[in-house]
Amino acid sequence: MTAAGVKETHVRIGGEQIRVWEKGTGEPLGYFAGLGGLLAWTPFLDKLAERRRVIVPSLPGFPGGGLLHKQLDTLSDWIICMLDLLDATGLGGQALAGHSIGGTLLAEVAAFSRASVKRLTLIAPLGLYDQSEPPGDPFNRRANEVAALFSAKPADFQKERLTPPADLSADDMTEWTIVQVRAIEAASRLLWPLGDLGLKKRLHRITCPVKLVWGAEDRVVPASYAKKFASGLAGPTEVQVVPGAGHALDFDAPEAAKGL
Amino acid sequence: MKLLWFHLMPYTDLPDDFTKKHPSVWVDIDSRLFDPAKAHAMYNDFMDELEFAAEIGFDGVCVNEHHQNAYGLMPSPNIIAASLARRTRDCAIVVMGNSLALYNPPTRVAEEFAMLDVISGGRLVAGFPVGTPMDTVYCYGQNPSQLREKYLEAHDLVMKAWTEPDVFAWNGRFNQLRYVNTWPKPVQRPHPPVWIPGGGSIETWRWCAEMDYVYAYLSYFGYKLGQATMDGFWQEMDRLGKDRNPFRAGFLQFVGVAETRKEALEMYREPAEYFFNRCLHVDARWANPAGYSSEATIRARVASQVVAAATKASDSVAYGPPTFEEIVDKGYVIIGSPDEVAEQLREVAVNMNVGQLMMLLQFGNMNKELAFYNTELFAKRVAPQLKSLFEDKWEDRWWPKPMAREERSNPRPVVVR
Repeated sequence: MTAAGVKETHVRIGGEQIRVWEKGTGEPLGYFAGLGGLLAWTPFLDKLAERRRVIVPSLPGFPGGGLLHKQLDTLSDWIICMLDLLDATGLGGQALAGHSIGGTLLAEVAAFSRASVKRLTLIAPLGLYDQSEPPGDPFNRRANEVAALFSAKPADFQKERLTPPADLSADDMTEWTIVQVRAIEAASRLLWPLGDLGLKKRLHRITCPVKLVWGAEDRVVPASYAKKFASGLAGPTEVQVVPGAGHALDFDAPEAAKGL
Repeated sequence: MKLLWFHLMPYTDLPDDFTKKHPSVWVDIDSRLFDPAKAHAMYNDFMDELEFAAEIGFDGVCVNEHHQNAYGLMPSPNIIAASLARRTRDCAIVVMGNSLALYNPPTRVAEEFAMLDVISGGRLVAGFPVGTPMDTVYCYGQNPSQLREKYLEAHDLVMKAWTEPDVFAWNGRFNQLRYVNTWPKPVQRPHPPVWIPGGGSIETWRWCAEMDYVYAYLSYFGYKLGQATMDGFWQEMDRLGKDRNPFRAGFLQFVGVAETRKEALEMYREPAEYFFNRCLHVDARWANPAGYSSEATIRARVASQVVAAATKASDSVAYGPPTFEEIVDKGYVIIGSPDEVAEQLREVAVNMNVGQLMMLLQFGNMNKELAFYNTELFAKRVAPQLKSLFEDKWEDRWWPKPMAREERSNPRPVVVR
């Protein structure tokens, strides 16, 4: 179900229907969600949409992203798919923001195709791997450890993001499970096993202004990675660390959207 | 029917407090627990056991592939199979098998299996498992979202490498090879029989039917839970218009035999508990990475009582191992006198309609002496009661067709003057 004031449309990529949400007026901002994707519109997106027209396409295989990930075998497949998605949603050359894996893909797009991005906001992007301080493994956690890995408010996160709605029918429960598993699979497909895509070698290609935003308590990609990203980028760069937030910064600190 | 002797080659010296002090027997097991000198004795004992099983008349001996674990010490089953090819004469050598997606390029499997088939004079059964999540996506870093696609492509490549007489180019999704020309080619034409170890997914059943391969249900949890899965398999064969030839199907069963049931219960308690406690102590975080199971399988699993029951059984191992009484009552291990075991196995084979019965007669920390005893008693007193089952009505089209006995080489005895 779509939240109040949110327009839902679809674009077609690779034969798959891809969901696009939109809300607000003003300068367009493309937003790409993080690991797990978006099952529902969030307070974070509402805050983003207060001053802008926020356009939220689903990533391949993530909720609303069909089975498009199954067509993507290599990093270049993913990047071409992102460029197709930007074209189809009119977001090419606009300001773009991405969280987690969404940020990873936008950084890759910016490195491969400078003209596709005017300005970047990267919230806790994956994509670098420092052996002396390895990122957490988001894929192999025991079920009861997921919330604490992702969020600084694990009890709330468990309840709101990881627990199915109470009144689901058996069939809906199956589909809810499938959507969750598919989102993790899609992320694995790009990031397995370490999340190191070789982005380090391409960071210098990113010349647009970049704002890096990190939760101080991020246990998937530690906040120290903000510096590792910033030092490789070629354009004007700003770093903002948000206290009391983990990797799921959109959940832990929705008010941070105001500053983006 | 065919009676096969399967070795998992467990590390037999895990400490008593292993499950309390260590989270997992697989993937990140503490390698300081591995003692090479002890493993030297284990490997040699295990190979003695396999050779003894072949010598005493089992139709086939089976080995398989696992990585980074104390559950099974065969990262490369082909090494053991190579030795068996020389040290055994007539039995089938069932490599159960090579996890195709782990070989780069997969033509390596075509080559090594062809070598085994040629050296053994055509006695190889080629097993192609996908491989457990622990082995494939964690130990070998395979992408869980691409594993099955890669597996299926590797299978197609290996089959073409065996059957295509001309050099060919392979332009696959995951493999590109300009010149494929596998040399040697297998003795068995067009290729050795193919057996697919599976865990109960309907897609695997369909694929086995389509390709005319044996489906081998390798469960640790015995015939009582296996029945439901095999019922599903045969219903699917009916639906696809395939006959109910029992040799289409394989099943794995732990067995402990002694003169009396009472003796057997005493003898096999410790190795059974060792297996179901320590060898199956797999951390739940390795259990099911997203993408490893297809969405169709997940849907079926949610809907199916059968698989739910099997999952529950595995969970009970993950979250609290079964007691010996449960192990016996639930039929995980069939225990008894030769006549009792024969009677139960006959029921297992008939009820599940399984013609390729793979027995685990060494399991857990069972020592060589007991493994030999179990094997010998089975071969002499149980096997004769079962051998003729199915043979009058059905042809085993999935059994190796070796070169004639007189055409096969005999290894020259080593003579030191």
